[in-house]
Amino acid sequence: MRRRRHDVVVVGAGPAGLSAAATAASMGRSVLLLDQAPRPGGQIWRHRAGASLPARARHLLDRVRESGAVHAVATVVDAPAPDTLMVDFGGRVDLVHTAAVVLATGAVERLLPFPGWTLPGVTGVGGLQALLKGGLQVRGRRIVLAGTGPLLYPVAASLATAGARVLAVLEQAPFSAVAKFGTRALRDPHRFVDAVRWRATAWRSAWHHDAWVVRAEGGERLEAVTISVGGRERRIACDWLGAAAGLVPRTELARLLGCALEGEAIAVDATQATSIPGIWAAGECTGVKGDAAAVLEGEIAGATAAGDGGGMASRHAVARGQGIAFGRQLADTFALQPALRTRVTPEAMLCRCEDVRVGAIDPAWTARQAKLWTRVGMGVCQGTVCGVACTALYGWEPPQVRPPLAAPPLAAWARWLTDVDSPTES
Amino acid sequence: MTHPDVLVIGAGMVGAWTALGLAERGLRVLVVDGGVPGGGSTGAAMGHLVVMDDSPAQLALCAHAMMRWRTAAPELPPSAEYDPAGTLWLACSDDELAEAHRKQEVYAVAGVSTEVLDAVALGQAEPLVAPGLAGGLRVPGDAICYPPAIVRTLLERAIALGAIVINQAVRAIRPGGAQLTDGTWLEAGVVVVAAGPQSGMLVPDLPVIPRRGHLVITERAPRRIHHQLVELGYLHSAHTLGGASVAFNVQPRVTGQLLVGSSRELVGFAPGLNRELLAMMLARASAIVPALAGMRVIRSWTGFRPATPDALPLIGAWPALERTWIATGHEGLGITLAPATADLIVAGILGEPPPVPSAAFAPDRPMPTLAAA
Ligand SMILES: Cc1cc2nc3c(=O)[nH]c(=O)nc-3n(C[C@H](O)[C@H](O)[C@H](O)COP(=O)(O)OP(=O)(O)OC[C@H]3O[C@@H](n4cnc5c(N)ncnc54)[C@H](O)[C@@H]3O)c2cc1C
Ligand SMILES: Cc1cc2nc3c(=O)[nH]c(=O)nc-3n(C[C@H](O)[C@H](O)[C@H](O)COP(=O)(O)OP(=O)(O)OC[C@H]3O[C@@H](n4cnc5c(N)ncnc54)[C@H](O)[C@@H]3O)c2cc1C
Repeated sequence: MRRRRHDVVVVGAGPAGLSAAATAASMGRSVLLLDQAPRPGGQIWRHRAGASLPARARHLLDRVRESGAVHAVATVVDAPAPDTLMVDFGGRVDLVHTAAVVLATGAVERLLPFPGWTLPGVTGVGGLQALLKGGLQVRGRRIVLAGTGPLLYPVAASLATAGARVLAVLEQAPFSAVAKFGTRALRDPHRFVDAVRWRATAWRSAWHHDAWVVRAEGGERLEAVTISVGGRERRIACDWLGAAAGLVPRTELARLLGCALEGEAIAVDATQATSIPGIWAAGECTGVKGDAAAVLEGEIAGATAAGDGGGMASRHAVARGQGIAFGRQLADTFALQPALRTRVTPEAMLCRCEDVRVGAIDPAWTARQAKLWTRVGMGVCQGTVCGVACTALYGWEPPQVRPPLAAPPLAAWARWLTDVDSPTES
Repeated sequence: MTHPDVLVIGAGMVGAWTALGLAERGLRVLVVDGGVPGGGSTGAAMGHLVVMDDSPAQLALCAHAMMRWRTAAPELPPSAEYDPAGTLWLACSDDELAEAHRKQEVYAVAGVSTEVLDAVALGQAEPLVAPGLAGGLRVPGDAICYPPAIVRTLLERAIALGAIVINQAVRAIRPGGAQLTDGTWLEAGVVVVAAGPQSGMLVPDLPVIPRRGHLVITERAPRRIHHQLVELGYLHSAHTLGGASVAFNVQPRVTGQLLVGSSRELVGFAPGLNRELLAMMLARASAIVPALAGMRVIRSWTGFRPATPDALPLIGAWPALERTWIATGHEGLGITLAPATADLIVAGILGEPPPVPSAAFAPDRPMPTLAAA
């Protein structure tokens, strides 16, 4: 147990966090880059040792290494003040004092309940990819993917490359919307090449629009899914289902710190500053808009947090605006169809931690009433999963965050609570 | 409902029991709550149904309340998480063990059966308690519950008997009436103020103030603690309305989670955490149950107890305002005392003899002033 002091602490080592850390460190600041994942890279560049990464990722990881930023596998568990974070370094909790915090906590999948979604064999879309990157064997396995947005392409491709039989890929958005988006988005050569490559890899799969899972079926584990394509239902036998309703910014730490939200994302200004002085945010936690925008926003946030007076922000103002516009297009194109909400049945599980089913909820209640009366969101994940679903289903505000985050051992957390403001030792 | 017999302000544990008690006697009841029913003090509480003997009056009211809870228990839904686990009061020293013996005699007079455990018996009953304690006092009749779900059930029953519950905040009261924040006045035969720690905002000079407490909950785990564990020193912490204090209080939930308390401080309705006090509270808890140190914490929160200067609740008519009844001031015992409070209010309104002597709870009794307390 000790105290540390850094000029800048970056939380999250995905594209945004890596770029923020490299930028701030190359400006001479002492930077601590935290991520709970064992290796840097975030969701998109999550990798095992020795795995090959795209050139962009390797370049950014090299920049971080050369910049002098310190990377650590760690989780923020409490924030007694904006300049004081309690950080769990693999079971040991240290107090980290810092002049600036950059939140680059990324996004999580929006998992909406449908009948059977808690059966073993059902995961998220990105979740299935994470399992694959973690070593899951899929050769010969029958897989259905159901989701929305560009994430479906790389996931289908990587499963196909690993030898899986991707039987169907379901995009909930209508073809007309996706086609319009596609022609605009694919003007960017980078994205065009990626899309063609991914589509080609998974060419054997049937790609459907206006399509989603109605229910997952099985006894002990998943055996089949009933899907709806353009309003017609069909049953497909399969071993794995990756299903999600897009991505949603991950904002627990921001909310604990008191940062204002705009919709479901952290609100930021043109310099990536949040509503709380000393705290910046970049990447998907400020709105889903892809890894290129995340890298750019990370650079702006890292530079302003390091005290560049907004120079980087004005240099990148146009590109930043384009990223935001792209995010808006994504949101419009892949807006959730009402059927994704109405397919839930009263028996569908809503809150896995506390075993609360959809039928137990009266949509007329407030979030707090539902929580107190049914215990929805009171479990170990503290509404990280079901809170997102409740926002989509009932329009509720995200649940209130209370310390600690990430469930640290009682003593590790308690030890620091007494002297959070005493002078620094190290 | 125009002109109900009784208007109950506040749908916490106290208001809910009171509304049901009145409706069961055939009265037309209107309940108004400005927040979530069960979401005030009641929603922050531990849910320990416990007999305390801070004073003979308190003991008698607790004993009656526990009798009512035990009668009600078989009819409660599973969501009430009613668990007759009992309380184990821990004696940290021989002096405290002597206190346990004294307590046993006092409880016996009130008809509450208990069992004194020596150090060995304590170790057998609760192996997770640190060795070195002197013993304890087991109160098998005490229980644990999940208060918000009980409020919901009680209100549903009252509604089935004709009561109406509306979601409106009251701004002011007068004899037989209450004004909502939109300006409208509700008229009723009598008004019952059961607004918990906020009651003082509605009734001038009512001696009730908020007393903040922290709680912490762990993740689920196999159940290894069997009683609600409280240190005998808890009563001192609860009784003395002074500076900040902590006392050991650990509750096993049916899920195997542990709910850890307790702290007390007078900070008004201040939100947020007092991390220093929280640390003292957690240090105390893990000194007595060392296994707590490694258990993972998923959340902390605070709540406000409706406290009074003499540590007794305010139950009865409020002479300064005609047709106005007060049911609050239960501090850390309002979950437990709610059914007994309801019985006193129902008897008072109907002009019947109270089931237990009620003079000690008269809201206008002489009392030390809040500042001097
Ligand atoms: C499950 C999933 C899979 C995805 N797969 C792909 C894909 O294959 N291809 C693609 O183009 N896009 C993918 N995306 C989208 C991709 O995340 C973004 O386009 C891009 O990575 C955003 O970068 P970021 O830095 O904002 O967030 P991320 O890359 O998500 O990085 C955020 C990091 O913050 C860490 N973190 C969060 N909170 C804390 C905390 N309190 N303490 C410590 N660390 C914390 C997380 O562990 C994570 O590593 C995926 C997204 C998700 C959610
Ligand atoms: C941390 C903590 C732990 C506790 N543990 C226990 C325990 O284990 N056992 C026990 O017996 N007791 C316990 N208590 C005490 C117990 O919670 C209270 O004594 C009890 O809940 C009081 O109930 P109530 O109905 O009077 O008040 P509340 O539950 O506060 O109900 C009052 C209601 O009135 C409403 N209201 C307030 N003002 C207005 C207005 N102007 N207009 C309309 N509505 C209004 C509120 O919205 C609220 O719903 C604990 C308290 C705390 C804080």
